[in-house]
Amino acid sequence: MAASDTTMAAADRASTRERAADYLLRRHRFRAAEALPWLFAIAVFFVFPDRMTFGSQVLVMVMFALSLDLILGYAGIVTLGHAAFFGVGAYTVGLLAARLQWTEPISGLFAAAIVAAIVGFITGWFLLRYRGLTLLMLTLATAIMLQETGNLRSDISGGYDGLPGLTFKPLLGIFDYDLYGHTYYLYALAVLAVVFYFVRRIVYSPFGQALTGIRENVRRMHAIGSPVHWRLVTVYTIAAAIAGVAGALFTQTNAYVTLTVFDFDNSAKVMVMLILGGTGRLYGAFVGATVYMVLEDYFSKLSPTFWQFGIGLVLVLAVLFARRGVLGLFESMGQYIAERKKS
Amino acid sequence: MTAALQVERLNRAFGALPVTRDVNLELERGARRALIGPNGAGKTTLVNLITGALKPHSGRVLLDGKDITGLSQADRARRGLARTFQINQLFRGLTVLENLCMTIGERDGHCNNLWRSAGSRRVVIDEALDHLDSLRLTDDALKLVRELPYGRQRLVEIAIALAQKPRVLLLDEPAAGVPSSESHLILDVVAALDPDIAVLIIEHDMDVVFRFAKEITVLVQGAVFTQGTPNEIMNNEQVRAVYLGQEDHRGGRHG
Repeated sequence: MAASDTTMAAADRASTRERAADYLLRRHRFRAAEALPWLFAIAVFFVFPDRMTFGSQVLVMVMFALSLDLILGYAGIVTLGHAAFFGVGAYTVGLLAARLQWTEPISGLFAAAIVAAIVGFITGWFLLRYRGLTLLMLTLATAIMLQETGNLRSDISGGYDGLPGLTFKPLLGIFDYDLYGHTYYLYALAVLAVVFYFVRRIVYSPFGQALTGIRENVRRMHAIGSPVHWRLVTVYTIAAAIAGVAGALFTQTNAYVTLTVFDFDNSAKVMVMLILGGTGRLYGAFVGATVYMVLEDYFSKLSPTFWQFGIGLVLVLAVLFARRGVLGLFESMGQYIAERKKS
Repeated sequence: MTAALQVERLNRAFGALPVTRDVNLELERGARRALIGPNGAGKTTLVNLITGALKPHSGRVLLDGKDITGLSQADRARRGLARTFQINQLFRGLTVLENLCMTIGERDGHCNNLWRSAGSRRVVIDEALDHLDSLRLTDDALKLVRELPYGRQRLVEIAIALAQKPRVLLLDEPAAGVPSSESHLILDVVAALDPDIAVLIIEHDMDVVFRFAKEITVLVQGAVFTQGTPNEIMNNEQVRAVYLGQEDHRGGRHG
């Protein structure tokens, strides 16, 4: 009797162990639902062929918000200056095209990523020893300083008039820019897919786990021997590079760039998008950026003067009823329904 | 033989208030030493100075004979110096299993990897589960830490420290805040620690101290008041006067 009890207990423990291990072993695998945003993006291409320019802008903002998710959602770095890297990327491509006649788009993206990464690395190395309000102010100041540098050398940057009328070479030497933006929509979607794959790998890697550790409890991370500062600088650099690519795409799809890309508005907007969608869950960037951009588009047509009121109202509602963003709301609803079914 | 941990003439003040005064302390390999003293004696400060969370104003800390005073907290941890916190410092939004996997990942340097999936290392997960098994936490492996009762969280705190495979372990009141009905679980774990690990335990419960410790250091107002075997300390009139006599030793006071 006692012997069979112990064997049963042992078998029980083994199965509990197996279940627990399974959870971690499977977590990083692709799930079917993850195809949804991509299918949606492709469907949009066929359903709204005349809204492709707007569609490209949404994709750019998704990528921008995704880069913020990496540092805000996963590592817990609160920044109000993320537009700095978006702007650096945007101006890298713009200046290369306007001043050096380097108009090949894909190499432009790489250049933007590298320059933004360098700026991210240097500023991150100095700033990331601070947290909270201090960091908030310092990141904000970084973006403003970059903007003012551009303003100071308006002979190069074009100042607040920007760099208008940029032209870029055909993609891969074949696909030319068309009036409806079809080419650039697919181009932006392809770049987003590549970037997303990278971000997803990082998030599910041991490094990504360490980032969530830093977010959850930085004191404990120090105590278990994590080089916290380097982890933060690394992810900040990567996020800067991705934001730079988003900025570069922004310049390429619009064929112009002005110093407003460095605006506080831009930093704040991307944060609002991410929080609206849900932080630290990869797809929050997709949902948040899309919802925000569509609402902005809709409200500004409805009332060109008071459209911001509509956006504000949505945000108030989100803060009141969906603290964890749209995806968090879905999650809570799913849990609620599951519990109702059980009882 | 060099001691596992040596603290030499350590000094630290907060403003004008000296909180650690010329403290000398030695832990041999496998030592079981208790650090006791009234509230505000500077026990936790001493732990913070040893682990590098605080920098001393003078004095040295040596780990296996090597001077680590200039090293960061993380460097010290990677060299085998682990601690638990008086108030839980856990990854509350993650599962218990993830808390352990992360610790092992940082210990073995896996966390420098940005590409390979964390879940693809079966060895790490198995080791994490072994640690949980030994503290009877397996059933809680997939629960979020913040969903656990405080007593179980205290066990996770210890599990993390053990998963670091430390040579020196500093336990800051491991049973603090745990109802006495559950504290024996934690104290059993403490009593069964690997005999190779040098352990320094801060504890208010004198029953625990006398059961567990082979040596006791008494800290009063930031300075070492006296040290000795449990018997010597128990029979020391002065210690009784400054410490044992004052406090109800079963009270489990916070410190």
